[in-house]
Amino acid sequence: MIGYAVRRLLGLVPTWLGISLFAFALSTLSPGDPAELILGRELDRPPTPAQVEEFRKRTGLDQPFVVQYGRFVANAAQGDLGTSFRSDEPVLDELVDRFPATLEISIPAFLLAMALALLIGVLAAVRRNSLSDHLSRVAALLGDSVPSFVLAYLLIIVFSVTLGVLPVAGRGGLDHLVLPVLTLALATTASLMRLTRSSLLDVLGEDYVRTARAMGLPERTVIARYALKNALVAVVTVAGLLFAGFITGIVIVETVFAWPGVGRYVVDSIFDRDYAVIRGFVVFTGTVFVLINLAVDLLYVRLDPRVRLGAKGGSRGR
Amino acid sequence: MAAELSAERHSVPLEIEAAEGVARPGSLLRQLLGDRLARTGLLIVSVFALAALFAPLLAPHDPLAIDPLNRLADPSRLHPLGTDQLGRDTLSRVLFGARWSLGTAAVATVVVIAIGVFVGTLAGYYGGRLDALLMWVVDVLLAFPSLILYLAIVGTLGPGLRNVMIALIALSWVAYARVVRGLVLSMRERGFVRASRLLGAGDRRLMFRHILPNVVPPVVILASLQMGGLIIALAALGFFGLGVQPPTPEWGTMVNESRLFLQTAPALMIWPGLAISLTVIGFNLLGDGLRDVLDPRLGPAARRGRRRRRT
Repeated sequence: MIGYAVRRLLGLVPTWLGISLFAFALSTLSPGDPAELILGRELDRPPTPAQVEEFRKRTGLDQPFVVQYGRFVANAAQGDLGTSFRSDEPVLDELVDRFPATLEISIPAFLLAMALALLIGVLAAVRRNSLSDHLSRVAALLGDSVPSFVLAYLLIIVFSVTLGVLPVAGRGGLDHLVLPVLTLALATTASLMRLTRSSLLDVLGEDYVRTARAMGLPERTVIARYALKNALVAVVTVAGLLFAGFITGIVIVETVFAWPGVGRYVVDSIFDRDYAVIRGFVVFTGTVFVLINLAVDLLYVRLDPRVRLGAKGGSRGR
Repeated sequence: MAAELSAERHSVPLEIEAAEGVARPGSLLRQLLGDRLARTGLLIVSVFALAALFAPLLAPHDPLAIDPLNRLADPSRLHPLGTDQLGRDTLSRVLFGARWSLGTAAVATVVVIAIGVFVGTLAGYYGGRLDALLMWVVDVLLAFPSLILYLAIVGTLGPGLRNVMIALIALSWVAYARVVRGLVLSMRERGFVRASRLLGAGDRRLMFRHILPNVVPPVVILASLQMGGLIIALAALGFFGLGVQPPTPEWGTMVNESRLFLQTAPALMIWPGLAISLTVIGFNLLGDGLRDVLDPRLGPAARRGRRRRRT
């Protein structure tokens, strides 16, 4: 198990390096010379060429791209994601400060999304081609097609503007949580729901399900004890994809609802041209992304012993 | 909803393989019209495409004409959908918005297909180190939530249509490259290609005459499904205020502009939001329909089996 975990972790290193390279390469895109930009902010006036030269030497900006990237990676691996131009604080500290607010909406939204996906997905698969199945497909299509910011504003228009029962935005009591959590959950549940349905349908066609039915077990037992358990293995494997949805959803939901979390912070930083934060955020998300994928891999092994016993374990999707 | 990513939807066409018999255009249309969902998709897409093409004829007013005396007016015969905070006609703006949203996504799609097919063919045909490098780039870019990458690129370059276009193109070609690469790889060793090679056909002839025509159907399916994704990405960047800049009537930008009037004039936000959602629904339905028609092996049954093998 530990050997497997280490192997999977090593397999994720190239992905992480790729994301960090992307983040680092961004700095070559920023208009203007970074040295002049940073120094200009520090001095509050345009720096002289001599000052720029000195600054480049001091910060290593005069070194080749590869050397600079190497140092960027080494720093990032030690938790140094750079310093925000705006606040002069380490980017990682700023992100960590805002993380609880993000979790406050993400965790309930994740649970709600899972519950909805399982409930509707199972119902649609068990009663195939029934009304609930058709409704689930309509819901999945809408989930794929309606942008989450549009959904968020529709919910606000209904519940806050028209009915006046929920606050429009901001962080506060429980009532402030309802709309952001609902938006985030609905935004991420569609693909998971579709997957639950299709993998349960697959499993329902397996021999052992037929055997269980032939033995006279009640349908409820067949589904809950045998079919669903196996279908869930497939569902768990896409939890990594679900995370991708969450990250995107969080940035949008926090912007719509003025929620003081990580996503809002990044959007604000973009408008302040705080490039260090943009870069740090990409590396930060990349790291969380890699860790979640690792966790999913390990969970998958626990759920499906065939992976552990079989020769190759990394057959998950990509 | 999670339309910005809808990872599962966009991962499906990545496994598309070449269909054996390619449908002729005429029968393709007939088959598409035979499927209720595909028909709906085609209808929606056509309506918005026509709106984009004929916006100057259809729009009752100039989308940029300001009328300070008629701000936030309710729907009337003169302004069927009312007016916005500057007194501009909402219907005209939504119609012209189709040009910006659909047009930008369509241009991006054409460029992206060209890049993706070119890179994918080279990687699949020649393999080796180039292929390994390419697949690394593709895996990284496809694994990571694309909106974050769009935000990072546009956030660094600065807002505006040009930079949004750069971001869309820089990231979207990978899906095509991956599909095409897989197809070329599998076809390189197929009987008809080997036979042709034995008969003395050169690399270029093999690629253009024998391999690329088989790549067309999957690319068309992917393009339809990805149009929706591009329209949403464009709208999302507009919503953040990073996309096409006001006063240009792009749907996402219109949503962003109407945020201040959410309480007093919610309709201002609903119309462009509805336009985005409907267009994307259209492209998604059309893409699903095309997939069923162009690649029978990817019908519901085949798709299920495929998915199981994947896990």
